Amino acid sequence: MATDYNFPDSAARAATAAQEAPSEFQTEKMSLAMGPSHPSTHGVLRLQLELDGETVTRADPVLGYLHRGDEKIAENMTYNQFVPYTDRLDYLAPLANNMAYAIAVERLAKLEVPARCQAIRVLTAEMARISAHLMGLGAFGLDVGAWTVLLYSLEEREKLYKLFEELTGARFTTSYTRIGGVTRDVPEGWLGRVGAFCDQFLPILEEILKLLTRNKIFMDRTVGVGVISRADALSYGLTGPNLRGSGVGLDLRKDKPYSGYEQYEFDVPVGTSGDCYDRYLVRGEEMRQSVRIIRQVLARFPDGPWYAPDARRIFAPPKDKVLTSMEELIQNFMIVTEGPQIPAGEVYFEAENPKGVLGFFIVSRGGGVPYRLKIRSPSFCNLSILPKACQGILISDVVALLGSMDFVMGECDR
Amino acid sequence: MSADLVSTLQARFPRLAPRPSADHPAVNAPLEDLVPLLRCLRDEHGFDLLTDVTAIDWAPGASPRFTVVYHLLSTTRAGAYVRVAAPCAGPEEAPVAPTVTGLWAGADWHERECYDLMGVRFEGHPDLRRILMWDGYPYHPLRKDFPLAGIETELPAEDVAAETGARVVAAPMAGGPFVASAGEINLTEAEPRAKDESWSDRAPQPGHTPLRQVKE
Repeated sequence: MATDYNFPDSAARAATAAQEAPSEFQTEKMSLAMGPSHPSTHGVLRLQLELDGETVTRADPVLGYLHRGDEKIAENMTYNQFVPYTDRLDYLAPLANNMAYAIAVERLAKLEVPARCQAIRVLTAEMARISAHLMGLGAFGLDVGAWTVLLYSLEEREKLYKLFEELTGARFTTSYTRIGGVTRDVPEGWLGRVGAFCDQFLPILEEILKLLTRNKIFMDRTVGVGVISRADALSYGLTGPNLRGSGVGLDLRKDKPYSGYEQYEFDVPVGTSGDCYDRYLVRGEEMRQSVRIIRQVLARFPDGPWYAPDARRIFAPPKDKVLTSMEELIQNFMIVTEGPQIPAGEVYFEAENPKGVLGFFIVSRGGGVPYRLKIRSPSFCNLSILPKACQGILISDVVALLGSMDFVMGECDR
Repeated sequence: MSADLVSTLQARFPRLAPRPSADHPAVNAPLEDLVPLLRCLRDEHGFDLLTDVTAIDWAPGASPRFTVVYHLLSTTRAGAYVRVAAPCAGPEEAPVAPTVTGLWAGADWHERECYDLMGVRFEGHPDLRRILMWDGYPYHPLRKDFPLAGIETELPAEDVAAETGARVVAAPMAGGPFVASAGEINLTEAEPRAKDESWSDRAPQPGHTPLRQVKE
């Protein structure tokens, strides 16, 4: 007796079934707009799908519902004024965006920030990575039917937000990093509380991951689903966990270290098959590595100033000095009205953000305003693979694929 | 290493010129060399990831007015970047550049964005539509002659527009935009100020039509 040991995937099964059906049962193609108000499109992405039964035959992402013209706005304000706009790119990790923008302008101004400032930035960026990945995992779980994960991850995010609030004064849109430094030094005892957060977070993280990693339902929904090959990932310019899930070990924190990342030891997790499950595993491991980095930062937290002391024409002087000393008052006035004086030139800086590589290309003609500022947003590039990745998969797998891509439309549409 | 790469490329493409750059190796290429150069960088120099495609508008009247800029990253050579810039061909209002979608599939959306916001037409692009603005939008908003507040246009939803008479209106800038100016200029000129001081929130802009009410 011949036994069929072939288990074609669900999409292939659907396609064969459609072909084998008698002609009177042949289906018509159906057009379906998924989004812009759909819970699994994580914001205002709209997928214009063409369906054959439940199989997607064509997908056309429609973007731009959240387009605010950030690049145009940037050309019309000083470098310092643009910092709050960077919060609103990937609004799940504003601290990491602030840092990427600040470093780009500092490269243009040839400004070195002191070790303490670099350490604060690395610390906050890694905390932002944990908070962004927690949201990503929670929402991914929610998309494929695992409610509980979100509840756990939101609780941990809340603890992080408390720490962010204490440090920056805001929970969500932090605007903490300044060009040439950070807004203020870390509060007393704050580092200890970050350490305490890490200690209690690791066991909870293991628990969260345990809810998914060997979960039969979760694995059925994700293993072998939404496979992105290594070649495709490179060709479409995917970055971050989505690229690493497909087996390319590109991590700019390792490959082109910035802000002192070269001092810290951490591993770059890489997937093998490029499916939704691999992307999930990569994010899970990245959170462990972020905790590892945070602990190293805390262990050797440098002393000294937290802004570049030589940035007199860039960084606004301390407020108490402004109110008491004439020279600092004038300096503050100049920086607020003229903007920080940045030399002419071009710079392109990319940082490894939670969603992928966030790049700023700044063209300066001198003075306080960028002539052209281009934001290379990771979510935009990651989503560009959707027309290809959605082809031939089931509509329920589109939900899993979107969840595993972990994108933010605020950044995609800019 | 950066000088090495530029001189190796110059030996192969004699019309290349080094582009002033403080961070990554950069070259200026003529438009005809652009695609062969990028293919050479991808296949022979390991720059396998196209991270960014964008354009710069050097203001109306400048020649060339538009420059396209490509940033490549190598995943095998530990974070090596290269920047390639090329002046666009064609008339000032309709600049043209060749597509690189044949080399990197990811260039598709980058070029669509560049066409949408800057109006650079990429020849040979399989599907050059707008991506961030809606289909049928008449302007390219990132051009330097497009005002920050926007320009009043038709509402894209025709049925809604027919019913309500609503239009897409320019942003209320309350007398602004209060724009700081770029360049090596003195403090008085650089200070953020309204470019057009003939109107404000109290004295409305002449010719500005307020939104009409929904018909009963």
